[in-house]
Amino acid sequence: MSNEPWQIGEIAGPKKALIITKPSVVVGMVKKAKRTLMVVGHQTAEIDLGEENAIDYMIKIADRFKIPIVATANAVSEFVERNYPISWMSAMDIGNRLQDPEWEGLDGKGQYDLVLFIGIPYYMEWTILSGLKHTAPNLKTISLDRYYHPHASWSFSNIKIDEWVTYLKTIIGQIEEKA
Amino acid sequence: MTSRKNVKFKFDKLKSETAEIDGLEVSIGKLIREKWDEPYGPTPSPSLATLREWDLKLLKRYKPFYLPYCDVCCLCTMGKCDLTAGKRGACGLDICAQQSRIVLIACCMGAATHIGHARHLVEHLIEKYGRDSPIDVGRSVGVDIEAPVTRLVYGEKPETLGDLEEVLDYVEKQVTQLLASTHTGQEGDNLDFESKVFHAGMIDQVGMEIADLAQISVYGFPKADPEAPLVELGIGVIDTTKPTILVIGHNVPPSVEIINYMEESGLSDSIEVAGICCTSIDATRYNPKAKIVGPISWQLRFIRSGMADVIVVDEQCIRTDVAIEAQKTMTPVIATAEKNCLGLPNRTNDPVDEIVKDLVEGKAHGALIFDPDKVGEVAVRTATLLAPKRKKFKVIPEISEILEGASKCAQCRFAPCMRACPNNLPIREAMEQAAKGDLEGLSNLYEVCIGCVRCESACTNDLPIHNYIVGASIKKMMEEKYKIRSGRGPIQDVEIRKVGGPIVLGEIPGVIALVGCANYPKGGNEVAEIAEEFAKRRFIVTTSGCSAMSIGMYRDEDGRNLYEVYPGEFDAGGIVNVGSCVANPHIAGAAIKIASIFARRKLRGNYEEIADYIHNRVGAVGIAWGAITQKAASIASGFWRLGIPVIVGPHGSKYRRMLLGRKDRKEDWYVYDARTGEKVFVGPCPEHLFYTAETKEEAMVMAAKLCMRPNDTARGRMIKLAHYIDLHKRFYKVMPDDIHLFVRTETDLPITMKEEIKKILAEKGWKENIIPDPTLLPRMVHTKEEKSDE
Repeated sequence: MSNEPWQIGEIAGPKKALIITKPSVVVGMVKKAKRTLMVVGHQTAEIDLGEENAIDYMIKIADRFKIPIVATANAVSEFVERNYPISWMSAMDIGNRLQDPEWEGLDGKGQYDLVLFIGIPYYMEWTILSGLKHTAPNLKTISLDRYYHPHASWSFSNIKIDEWVTYLKTIIGQIEEKA
Repeated sequence: MTSRKNVKFKFDKLKSETAEIDGLEVSIGKLIREKWDEPYGPTPSPSLATLREWDLKLLKRYKPFYLPYCDVCCLCTMGKCDLTAGKRGACGLDICAQQSRIVLIACCMGAATHIGHARHLVEHLIEKYGRDSPIDVGRSVGVDIEAPVTRLVYGEKPETLGDLEEVLDYVEKQVTQLLASTHTGQEGDNLDFESKVFHAGMIDQVGMEIADLAQISVYGFPKADPEAPLVELGIGVIDTTKPTILVIGHNVPPSVEIINYMEESGLSDSIEVAGICCTSIDATRYNPKAKIVGPISWQLRFIRSGMADVIVVDEQCIRTDVAIEAQKTMTPVIATAEKNCLGLPNRTNDPVDEIVKDLVEGKAHGALIFDPDKVGEVAVRTATLLAPKRKKFKVIPEISEILEGASKCAQCRFAPCMRACPNNLPIREAMEQAAKGDLEGLSNLYEVCIGCVRCESACTNDLPIHNYIVGASIKKMMEEKYKIRSGRGPIQDVEIRKVGGPIVLGEIPGVIALVGCANYPKGGNEVAEIAEEFAKRRFIVTTSGCSAMSIGMYRDEDGRNLYEVYPGEFDAGGIVNVGSCVANPHIAGAAIKIASIFARRKLRGNYEEIADYIHNRVGAVGIAWGAITQKAASIASGFWRLGIPVIVGPHGSKYRRMLLGRKDRKEDWYVYDARTGEKVFVGPCPEHLFYTAETKEEAMVMAAKLCMRPNDTARGRMIKLAHYIDLHKRFYKVMPDDIHLFVRTETDLPITMKEEIKKILAEKGWKENIIPDPTLLPRMVHTKEEKSDE
């Protein structure tokens, strides 16, 4: 089950995502990257993790890493309500820009070399990650969803919500430790 | 088969050994070229590369963003070839060209399906009603341009059924040539594939138009009638005490003959005819007493309910396991199309009595009958005799059976049922809940389930999960009693005259076309909510096919049906159901007629100019929220070539590529001002040509934005901006960050937001600009001076 796509029919090709077995992989990759971006889809707001919403976890990760967030679709409103500064762009638009080596980025400082994805419907995120795998070979992508995303560079395997929460909390903790 | 060569000869005097004839004139085949005095434009009957330059103009602005659904190519024996990230296959093709090739193959399939449908229909109608049967889709209400797409593309005006055959010859040839270009060792460039995709879409529009022209004309469907009757929709409207015939598919002659036989036999009130998918819409266009079960996703639940005593399928969008499923409820299936024989024995030449006897006695579980008249008689007689025996035998379980079945659910750790579900529905949780005696979870899945039954295939214990979902919702299902306005057909010329100005000037903020299938991410209500939102905002909402049904299966907050609240006129605030899938060209046709009737642009073989007009002036947007099929892909591509953007729901990302503009690239958004020849920045209007939205909220915000066009007057732009900003603020809770790109002058600013927006414009360094007479075509510039293309 470790490297099987969550949706059974979404069989990947020869190049598949490496599995994040330890949260430190995410921390290490972000630290190593020159320019990182986080793309947060609308489903992130729909995931109830008890005392906090998955959006809140993403804010903590982005805030501590000091990486910008692009919210897609109506995920924007969740950040606005939390008064957290983000950019917004549709999932298709950000995907399209990320494959363009000439794109100036959100801040005019150039293209990103690492992007964290979360919360776009599985099959739609699957196709965007596939697009980037093929047309943006220098871009690394990480899926922070709790499902295995074969077209990312790195992805969690299919894990239960409690395991996922533990992973996310560990990431947040490790960023603070290394800060 | 009759020869259709264009041969004509005339003798003033013919004298032979046996006869002497004066003034003899003979025509073999059709000669439709002399019936329309408008001069030919530059591109009548375009072939594959005729409109390539126009396509490349669009594709320069709206570049493909590839979303490969498969990393390999497996179309020839040199493969499979790994095309990952720049690798080329054994034939030399890369992943981008391969994706475009797959899109082209899909669009050829879609176009061929509609054209094949049209051919079958036209041949049948000619055989039955004659080649000279006139084309009339609303002459009495002033529909003079009866075939805008055919006139524009093919360059002729069809007047009889026979005329349509010649147009079909042309489109069939184009599809064959397009398909040939997808062969190994042919086309190798992704953009050239994309241009051919546009060609397939344009050809498809012609094929669909022919099908609907033929059936409207001959069968007497509503002819451009904004008050086409409201007909019944939903499983609950079917009187299951009567023998019931279920018709599924798109090609209506068998359904028509069923209705005819019932009438001739005095059985109209004794038998129910209900349908799924477009055949049902067209059956109601023929006879408003026919009923519609629902969209494509309602297919299996209705078959398994056992309510149908006979199932008659024609072609397209039919579950390919319909014969297997029907056997479970002991319902005979009659297949009627050569394209869809279902493994059944051909009984076309057998006596009706024998076929009926075999079906009623269960000696045969189905029959293949190609003669629609015979289908009508067999279906009606079989249903009448079989209904008392079947007693609506069903496989939908009782509550006790569901509870017992749910207790056998293994609660697999990685939920194969859920992982098989296209929408990742919480099936395992619902089963767990059911095992504890609570069916609410299963019942909650009913509206959002698209009826694909992949959950059942995936279940490790072979549990009939879909049946449990339906069984847990049986009360809900039987209460499905709705109305839908039967398809009205074309838009009247007089309606175009009335709204052409306000649309082109922007005062009617847009035309939203909700079309396509039912692969919805969160159920059909989302389509209805989009329709309601835009109708309330005084856009023109048009619809067809399964989307039109989904709009009907919804009640607003006051419990009203949208078709009863909003008029069927092609006017601001209307919800206009044009009909089945093949009625879609009436929507494109309305845009074409705006250019022709309102702006008096020449139509005949003048595609590029008309598309340029529409792209720059007609604020129309297609939304195929639940698009599934290759037909949906080709329908969309027909809109793209006209420069009309299409939004699809999240599953639409599987169409393998989007056509996206880049609003951050200022250089992409210049047009010629036809008055001066100067290049003018007009902003990203419209920003995209093919776009996947993640949520219905995003689709609504984007649709409002995509309605903006360079030609909008200040008042028109003000209205459009107001809608865009309002929706953006409502769903995203923040002002759009791209307003400055859409404001040309301060008079564009919505009055109530003027000061707020002026501050934003100041921050963005905005400068006032002119509103041009926009065109992408240098030859449309009024000056005598030659303008270069770049």
